Amino acid sequence: MNFERIREKLNILADAAKYDVSCASSGSDRTNKTKGLGNASKMGICHSYTADGRCVSLLKILLTNHCIFDCAYCVTRKSNDVPRAAFKVQEVVDLTINFYRRNYIEGLFLSSGIFKSPDHTMERLVAVARKLREEENFNGYIHLKSIPGASDELMYEAGLYADRLSVNIEVPTISGLKLLAPDKKHEDFTKPMEKVKNEIVRYKSERKIIRSTPKYAPAGQSTQMIVGASGESDKDIMYSATYYYKTFNMKRVYYSGYVPVTHDSRLPAIGSQVPMLRENRLYQTDWLLRFYGFSIGEILNNQHPNLDMDVDPKLSWALRNLHHFPVNVNTADKQLLARIPGIGMRSVDKIVKARKFRKLNWDHLKKIGVALNRAQYFMVCDSRHWERRDLDADKIKGLILQNSSGKFRNQYSTQLPLFN
Amino acid sequence: MNASTTLVYDGSFNGFLTAVFVAFDEKINVADIQKNNQTQSGLFSDTETVFTHVEKAKRVWNGVRNKSHNAISNVYFAFLSEAEGVEMMLYSYIQKLMRTKNGKYLDYSDSTVLYIAQLARKVGREKHRMEAFVRFQLTKDDIYFANIEPDFDVLPLISKHFRDRYADQKWLIYDVKRKYGIYYDLNHVEMVSLNLKDIHYNKTVKSDAFSKEEYEYQTLWNDYFKSTNIASRINPKLHTQHVPKRYWKYLSEKKEAV
Repeated sequence: MNFERIREKLNILADAAKYDVSCASSGSDRTNKTKGLGNASKMGICHSYTADGRCVSLLKILLTNHCIFDCAYCVTRKSNDVPRAAFKVQEVVDLTINFYRRNYIEGLFLSSGIFKSPDHTMERLVAVARKLREEENFNGYIHLKSIPGASDELMYEAGLYADRLSVNIEVPTISGLKLLAPDKKHEDFTKPMEKVKNEIVRYKSERKIIRSTPKYAPAGQSTQMIVGASGESDKDIMYSATYYYKTFNMKRVYYSGYVPVTHDSRLPAIGSQVPMLRENRLYQTDWLLRFYGFSIGEILNNQHPNLDMDVDPKLSWALRNLHHFPVNVNTADKQLLARIPGIGMRSVDKIVKARKFRKLNWDHLKKIGVALNRAQYFMVCDSRHWERRDLDADKIKGLILQNSSGKFRNQYSTQLPLFN
Repeated sequence: MNASTTLVYDGSFNGFLTAVFVAFDEKINVADIQKNNQTQSGLFSDTETVFTHVEKAKRVWNGVRNKSHNAISNVYFAFLSEAEGVEMMLYSYIQKLMRTKNGKYLDYSDSTVLYIAQLARKVGREKHRMEAFVRFQLTKDDIYFANIEPDFDVLPLISKHFRDRYADQKWLIYDVKRKYGIYYDLNHVEMVSLNLKDIHYNKTVKSDAFSKEEYEYQTLWNDYFKSTNIASRINPKLHTQHVPKRYWKYLSEKKEAV
């Protein structure tokens, strides 16, 4: 192993891959049967965290950052003047195995710039995964990028070795795609997604009959959108996220606040702030849709095309729909409990279990972990004290903001700072 | 009323279960259950030493497990926390559990039940952390070696995870605080105790116990760790929340920070 050369390549190719936010290593149930190496952990393990607080669970690298495309938002686009490098298949395999043996990582996340043609690139990615699985008897987690425009045969083979496949849609709207990535077509993204979805459906139904059917992408597929690059509204982003969840059975859609990397008149300038708060609100909405039983039209619609920055999306929905409240926590059903601001799904679960023993009062709810600061205006419980004033939405919002603090508060506060 | 008794056991989990068995069997009014190296006799209680008896321990284990699978893992996890006075809490937890018709309807507003559940959760969290934060270093005689210093005695809990995962390499995880380790010889995991001359945490001086290749991979890993960070999103508070500082000295990627 030529250590210095590998070191140089790793620095270039890890740096280029870091803007991909997906790092999940959960959802796979691959077990170590033949005394080989590796055993997937169903819940996933984060082995370390970077200084920006993101989890390091997989060795996330590009196979190469040579690329024939010129997408404006991308750091490895062909017109950008950056050092280029490419790994050999064997080098990636060695790195993965040796990092894995030292318990640094859960597995490999392999992406790539597109050299020559999509199929040519995809073939190399599949070659790495095949080598890991078949020659090294490796059962750890492998996340492969589906290259937009790759053929169905390669996508099928990729799913046999990988645990998760993903294509990054990056730009949520078709018009944005035309503006920022003129060489790519929308169909190039959806075609591999469609293939992977159909294969997963087929695998699941075949496995019911023949249990030894080879696994196909057991951790499903995911995608990513960048936020704040092409002037789209929150409604555009979330409606297209919902579309991908529904149409392609996505496990996850990731939202990545755009980090300016190049000078381009179509994009925010270098040095402008990363929209981390907006990213946070989008994830909150995503959770409301997937776990809390909200439908997208309730949270974002033509009257409300953007999420509130100062309060979370559930509270903002509740303030617009005060006629549903107050809710009695001792009698309301699960769906309604989940809609009270300040009560999460864990609290809902505990409340439902605990109220079998006795009627719950404020003390019980506080111990269970309900955020009463928000919840108190929207519920009644077994107590003589409850909010009796006839408050309107603005008043409630004011009271809640007054009694709480948030780490992003200074970004949207209109009050001038005294010391700065 | 019969006089109360302090039960003294040998510190092992089986020993503790035997003590519980003896207490139930002889209908002892238990004042306290203590480890034999830290006994403290009470003013008004007798002291009785319990000798570990695997069969008796097994009966308690099965008895609790038949009530509830969740409860037996809570008992084991909470015992490993080594918290002061945990034995007595566990004893009254088992008493309460045995009184229920089926172990399912444990009331979480009861302080003992809540305490044991919370303690077990803490130990579970530490177990998960250790599965993440163990950093093996390859020695010259081909053993992957790691030092840890966990808050609780989690080695027995993580051994299965590592055995399943690293089935084709010899490894040794050594608990510096409790002075014992687990060693896998490609067939079995066994407990070992070592006379370690020096503890292999992040020193800039290279030890000759490890190969040159080992240090090269550590450098690569450190480089990777640095280049995967996005500087414009820096958030040190979140970082230390996820990776508390007390673990840093055994994490090779934090070498420079220590």
